[in-house]
Order: sequence, then C-alpha cells, then structure tokens
Amino acid sequence: MFDFSIVTHWIHNLLTSLMPDDLAVFIECLAIGICILLTYAIIAIIMIFMERKVCAAFQCRLGPMRVGPWGTIQVFADVFKMLIKEIIAIRHADKFLYNLAPYLVILASIMAFSCLPFNKGMAVLDFNVGIFFLMAASSIGIVGILLAGWSSNNKYSLIGAMRSGAQMISYELSVGLSLLTMIVFTDTMQFSEIVERQADGWFIFKGHIPAFIAFVIYLIAGNAEVNRGPFDLPEAESELTAGYHTEYSGMHFGLFYVAEFVNLFIIAGVAATIFLGGWMPLHIPGLEGFNTVMDYIPGFIWFFGKAFFVVWILMWFKWTFPRLRIDQILTLEWKYLVPIGLCNLLLMVIIVVFKLHF
Amino acid sequence: MILQTIVFIVLALFICICSVLAVSTSRILRAATYLLFVLFGTAGIYFQLDYSFLGAVQLLIYAGGITVLYVFSILLTSSQGDKAEPLKSGKMIAGLISTLAGLGMCLFVMLKHKFLPSHFELGELNVRTIGYALMGMEKYQYVLPFEVISILLLACIVGGIMIARKR
Repeated sequence: MFDFSIVTHWIHNLLTSLMPDDLAVFIECLAIGICILLTYAIIAIIMIFMERKVCAAFQCRLGPMRVGPWGTIQVFADVFKMLIKEIIAIRHADKFLYNLAPYLVILASIMAFSCLPFNKGMAVLDFNVGIFFLMAASSIGIVGILLAGWSSNNKYSLIGAMRSGAQMISYELSVGLSLLTMIVFTDTMQFSEIVERQADGWFIFKGHIPAFIAFVIYLIAGNAEVNRGPFDLPEAESELTAGYHTEYSGMHFGLFYVAEFVNLFIIAGVAATIFLGGWMPLHIPGLEGFNTVMDYIPGFIWFFGKAFFVVWILMWFKWTFPRLRIDQILTLEWKYLVPIGLCNLLLMVIIVVFKLHF
Repeated sequence: MILQTIVFIVLALFICICSVLAVSTSRILRAATYLLFVLFGTAGIYFQLDYSFLGAVQLLIYAGGITVLYVFSILLTSSQGDKAEPLKSGKMIAGLISTLAGLGMCLFVMLKHKFLPSHFELGELNVRTIGYALMGMEKYQYVLPFEVISILLLACIVGGIMIARKR
C-alpha cells in the first residue's frame, strides 16, 4: 500500500532544512491551498462531463459529441464561455450581499472537500472530529443560498431560497442521523481512523442490516442536501425559472454550478469513505493471496472508483424519478426518514452492545 | 511562533472590524452577515488553539444554526430596501459610553487577575475526554447541566409548537 505521507514528509524536511520553520509552514499551506483548488476544479469539470454523458445515456442520446473526441473538450469550452461572460449588476439590490453569496457557498464546499481522505496519508484536514467538522462546514452553504435568494431582489429567487433552506435544514437531520449510526459502530470520528478500521472488511459488510439502512438513508438525504435529483425544487425550472440563482450571470453563476457538482462528489466521497472503505482495498478475511493482489491497486484509484460509482447511482436517481412537490419532500423527511433513522440508530446500538456484527 | 502571532493578529483584527460593522450598519441582513463573520473568526481562534471540537461546534451551532435562523426570520419579516432609522446622537453617546465601560471592566479584570500557570498540551484534545466530561457524573463532569439545558430546549420546542399551530 503506497503511503503518501512519505512524500509530504520529504517535502516538509526539505523545506525546513532550507528556511526557517514558520516560512516553510506558510509555503506548505499556500501549496496545499493551490492543490485543493486545482483538484476542486478538475473534479468539477469531470463531474459536469459525466453528468452530461450519463444523462444522455439514460435518455437514449449520445450527449456532447462535436467538440473534441466524444465531446471531451466541450466542458472546457463551457468554462471558457462562463469566464468571459459579463457579471450583471442588479439595480436596487444589496450589492455587497449579492456578490458575497456565491463565495460563501463555494467556501463551505471547499472546506468540506478538504476533509476527504484520497489516499493513505493524503488528507488535508484530519481532525479527530472529522465527520463533525464536515457537517459543520457544509452547513454554512445554506447561509450563502439564503443570502443569494434575498439579495437578488426577485420573488422567484426568494421563494427558491426559502424552499432550499427548508429542505437543506430538514435533510441535514437525516444525514446526521445516518452518520451518527456509523459513528456508534466505529466509535471514532476521524476519517483516517475510520478507513483504517475497514482493513478487514468494509463497514457496509461488517455492520450488515443497520449499516445498509443507514447507507440508503444517507444516499437519499445526501441527494436532497445538494438540491439535486428528484429533490431539485429550489431550482425547479418549470415554476421558478432557476430558483435562487436566477439573477446571477457569468462566473458568479458558475460558482453556484460548480459548488453543486462538487457537493455531489463530496456526498459520494463521504459515502465511499464511511460505508465502502474509502481508499482501503477490498479485503476478505482469510483469503491472503486475494488481499495482497488487491493491495497492489493504489488507494486513490479505489477511492475515486468508489466515489464515482456512488455519483453514478445518484445520477441514475436524478434522471429516473420525477420531481417531488415541496410538501411531499418535507413529508418524506419528517414522517419517514427521521423515524426510520432513529430506529436504525437504536438497532445499531443493540448490535454493537451485543456484538452481533462481523 | 511568528506565524502563530500573525495568524492571531489577522483573526483578531477581522473579528474587531466585523463586530463594529455589525452594530453600525443600517441594513439588518448585512448586520447578520457581519455577525456570521465574527463567529467565523472566533471559530478560527479555536482552531488555532487546536481545540477543533469547539471550533466545529462554533461553526455548526452558531454559523450554521443560529445565523440561518436569524436570516430566515429576517427573510420572513422584512422586505428588500428596509433600513433602520439613523441613530439619534443621544442614543449614540449612551451606546458609546456603555461600550467603553464594558471594555474598561473587561480590561481591568483581565489585567488584575492572576491567571494560573497554563497546562497547555500540544495536539488535539481527545474526543473521548470531552464526551466523558459532558456526560459523566463525577467531579468536573457535567451531566446535570446538560440534562437541564435539554429540558429547557424541549420546553422551547413545545412552546413554539403551541404558538404556531392552528386552533
């Protein structure tokens, strides 16, 4: 198993031998920041391309085909178009809040993104309250969406923002409950530690019934949390034009768009880390030969493979089910998912106490 | 340690400027946003002290919870373009005096108080320790306040439903 911390330690030692400690740490922070932003942008581009192709496949189309081989350069062309578009200023709107809102959304998204462990020793933020921090960071995005809706000075935006706020606050509860179920099982909140404990089998197999229920609840609630799929009410085109980002243009709209796609990836990445083992290869206790063969596949390939698999499932949801009404969404959450989640938590506690897991 | 000092000064300046802006702006939603920034800065100081649990709590409860509540209620009650009336000079002076008195009292207590030598350990505090401190029944463990607060919150929820439901 390749350990990425060898590389980071080497860089750290090299820098500290050349210059004072503080300067070295400062330069490392800058470099890590640039790396996060680059990875963020690359993943956003991959996700947008994947969305188009998957959507096309579910609708029996080919998707983008003209620009570059199989349309691979299409997304780059779109990004370039977005960058050179004018950012329109709205009259009679609060300019400061209007310009601030997309950055709050992207800030929340980047903070949550930097918690994901990509490989052994390759995690930017690895607090011992990792999952809790991730929940906290992603909850800031709601403020950005509410501010965007209010400061656009537009009824459609305001209604979209209110719907979005109500929906995200409600579904955060289910996300939290299903993650809490898994924390009861793992008894740690640190991402690197969680991945290490799945060396003898992923949690979805070790935790059997409650883990599987938690996984399904997490996928549904996570999909609603990023305002996608059958839960894309905040930007329901047919009733609200585009919801909270109706008035945004150019790169400000682009930031909302990118944040939505990367949030989807974050949801998938967390699901992959907590339920499917993150960068940990598929290990079956007892089959030593099989395990060593699996160890030869690098960790980040496992991580991205699992994460994109979950992304694909969520896209399948989106392009299969029709959109729900707002009262149906809230009923689903408060009358079905939360009670099931609470019972599931109790079931997991029973299983952990009586050691009924594998 | 220079880096730590610089980070602290930047955070402190950020908090001070945003808190002054939060009380001096005339638009209520801007005030809520500046308050959000103040809370971010405080969370930043907790993270700098390596107390990531408290930092995450600060982000989740204050930034993600209470500010969202404020913004929601502002969205429901006020409309675009509402502005607070400009302060009368009498109120302004009274506010300034009480602010200065508060500052003076805090400074007096902080400079006069003899602090115990700090037992600062490098590294993060173990979550298990925090959990036992919150839910334990021994000395310096806080299960009773925890339960009392949860009863208070339950009462608030029941009261809220009583006020809001249709009769």
